[in-house]
Amino acid sequence: MTFDLRAIGLFIIAAFLYAGLLPGRARAWALLVGSVIAVYWLQPNAPIRFSAFILPTATLILTVAMWWFSRDPQNPDQLASLREDRMTVIAVAALVLLLSLERLLPAEWRVISAARPPDPVAVLMALAAAFLVVAAIDRFTRQRDRRRVLTGGMLFLIAIFAVLNTDALATSISRLWRFGTGQDTSIASALDLSWLGFSYVAFRLIHTLRDRQTGILPVLSLREYVTYVIFASSLVAGPIDRAERFVGDYRALPNARGLDAARFMPGGTRIAIGLLKKFVIADSLALGMSLTATNAAQTQSALWLWVLLYGYALRLYLDFSGYTDIAIGIGMLFGMTLPENFKRPYLKTTITAFWQSWHMTLSNWARFYVFTPFSRWMLMRKRKPSSAMMVLIAQLATMITIGLWHGVTWNFLAWGVWHGVGLWIHRQWSDRTRKWYRSLADKPLQKRWWSICSWFVTLQFVVLGWVWFALPIDRAATTFAHLFGLGW
Amino acid sequence: MTASNEPRQPNTWFAVVRVLIMAAVLFVACNAIFALLDPLEALGRVSLYNVILPGRERLPYGEDASKSYNLSTYNIPAMFASHVVSRPKAPDEFRVIVVGDSGTWGWLLDNQDTLAGQITARRLTTADGKRIVAYNLGYPIIALTKDVLILDEAMRYQPDLIVWPVTLEAFPRSKQLFPSIVQNNAPRMRDLIARYQLKLDPNDPRFVDPDFLGSTIVGQRRNLADWLRLQVLGFSWAATGIDQAKPAEITLRQSDFEKDVSWQEFEEPATLTEDNLAFDVLEAGMQIAGRVPVLLINEPTFISTGRNSDLRYNSFYPRWAYDQYRALLGSKAKQNNWPYLDLWDSIAPDEFTDTPVHLTPRGVGELAQRIVKEMRWAKSNE
Repeated sequence: MTFDLRAIGLFIIAAFLYAGLLPGRARAWALLVGSVIAVYWLQPNAPIRFSAFILPTATLILTVAMWWFSRDPQNPDQLASLREDRMTVIAVAALVLLLSLERLLPAEWRVISAARPPDPVAVLMALAAAFLVVAAIDRFTRQRDRRRVLTGGMLFLIAIFAVLNTDALATSISRLWRFGTGQDTSIASALDLSWLGFSYVAFRLIHTLRDRQTGILPVLSLREYVTYVIFASSLVAGPIDRAERFVGDYRALPNARGLDAARFMPGGTRIAIGLLKKFVIADSLALGMSLTATNAAQTQSALWLWVLLYGYALRLYLDFSGYTDIAIGIGMLFGMTLPENFKRPYLKTTITAFWQSWHMTLSNWARFYVFTPFSRWMLMRKRKPSSAMMVLIAQLATMITIGLWHGVTWNFLAWGVWHGVGLWIHRQWSDRTRKWYRSLADKPLQKRWWSICSWFVTLQFVVLGWVWFALPIDRAATTFAHLFGLGW
Repeated sequence: MTASNEPRQPNTWFAVVRVLIMAAVLFVACNAIFALLDPLEALGRVSLYNVILPGRERLPYGEDASKSYNLSTYNIPAMFASHVVSRPKAPDEFRVIVVGDSGTWGWLLDNQDTLAGQITARRLTTADGKRIVAYNLGYPIIALTKDVLILDEAMRYQPDLIVWPVTLEAFPRSKQLFPSIVQNNAPRMRDLIARYQLKLDPNDPRFVDPDFLGSTIVGQRRNLADWLRLQVLGFSWAATGIDQAKPAEITLRQSDFEKDVSWQEFEEPATLTEDNLAFDVLEAGMQIAGRVPVLLINEPTFISTGRNSDLRYNSFYPRWAYDQYRALLGSKAKQNNWPYLDLWDSIAPDEFTDTPVHLTPRGVGELAQRIVKEMRWAKSNE
């Protein structure tokens, strides 16, 4: 099952049942159970045997493990949730085992897993082994610096992320996995490891680990933590919420009104807007009015290449923001207010404003966990680079991180550099023209024209940047030249 | 207090139900109006092609839109609206339309290599100086009914000459209502049956007659989506000039055959008559053309010299059936005084590609040359 119309319809039905039938105290548990099931239900099938079950299970094991390491064991609140935490472990493990029992059903009766799950006994042993490994790491590191354990956790997640997003490494893992399951290794591919939602899960986990390091993460029970990381409506396409904001809503669930029109009306509207954006407009644009590696190579003139590029830019926005609308809408139905991810990005007049309105939760994440620490680290060095150089390095590091989050490839690197440099140039420009710009306050017409020019330049910069995003690096370079009439 | 300062109505279930009822009423009303007006044909004439997109050089047809930037639709006005033929006719233009099957449409051929493309490329003029421009209105289905459907619509676009290549495979009466484009254009086809007294059953169960629900927006969503997709695919067509996904390799037409003389419903040689072959549909086409001259062509077919070629010309035709067909078509043309060219063996076997009626660009070039030769009034400007 993918996050398609049927899945969205089922989410809406589930939300009505959840809000209409469940007592307040059961809602938080219901969200946990529903989200665990959704991790398996939304995971697409992959050719490697059992991967459709193993990958969601790995998501849950990683989540529980990272909660364990990010706990604050001395905190009285953490101790208070001990009983609930034990119940959560039992509930999650029982659910996983229960889902593995789908193995015993004929294929046409299997409704959650995309493929036949492994033997439940093997699943039980794997869960026990995972528990022992986590316990062993905990015991081994108990007397050591906790910060290092958290750093280790973050590096581990980054390593998995890098492997999954690097074609050659992912293919090697796929080959190894295929070898283990006795499948044909010659057709191993990076696509075999389509781990649903891992990018988002990893960034949420890193956020909690890092915030624990800096001491700003609130105490979270296991139930709160797991639900936050794998919350069903934001699992596939975000947004990347912050734990402290999420638990605010989550803890208020028992007292929230059940079938509350104040939630269902805006939530339903939001879903409807998202469906229109994603499934009507974006999917139609994708069919024939959007740049692809194939049609970029076939296009015969610069003018039509620009048209396809603009089509791609529009499609990308409508596709992604449509999914976000649906996620936010479904979240509302369940009583959870997810953060906004887009705020009219193509109407912004500077590249900085664009990044404050495009995939906002990712750019905020990158600002918190890359830009700020990196800038601080440079500031604390004895030999500091110049201020302009520091900004350039920090901007590049941030935007390259965002680029590589989409995939460890040269084109995403180039896209990150493009925006990193763009942000830096804008910063230098605005530093030098601030005084002049303020003087425009008395000249509204001039200011308006300046805004129109700024919007136009910003939009072209962003749209041109999509060339790097959409196409493999060699094709992107050629297409870039073709857009300006070169190399035809 | 101005309207913008009024407090927003709170979201109550009453408000939700009111919105849902209004939406439901609007939905039902739109669907009912749509079903009553049946605006698909009118909508089909609305097109981005020839306005902001260049018109297509052949009628839309395609199985894999992601590769061919083309798709098949049953909406004949939309097909024509996307075609370059729907551009206004220039005063100095002599408009030739070429109808026919996949051979005319140009299976495996680029637009400039199709029959229409190669006629236009010869830059001919008429005696009074008009430019001869040929339009490819072929469609990759072999049936005379389909040709006549297309021709009937094509007459709106002021042709000065119609070139109509046909082959035996288009004639079997049993095949006439088989093409899905015919079945899905039931009112048009029934009108033709009635107007020209065609020996076809207007109540054939294969005709698609949507009931009221099937005529609503919901029922017609596929046709609506096809219309939208056709517009969107126009951008890729405009950018790339591609309207057909050609395979990297093609399997050549068969040259060796089993000892098999069957054709259509006949297991053994038999006498073909107008009961078996739909000459009435061909005649209807001639009547539709009215005063516009029609050049009828028995299109070239592959003649094999391989195993059992004494029994069959090719995988389509046993000799007994094809020979009878040629004789019947020839006498019909003579009897009606139709301009007729029998070019069945005019192209060398090597110039046929994947089927006995698909030609290489060179083969089409030779065919175009033969046709142009027949247009004796045409002058070359090359």
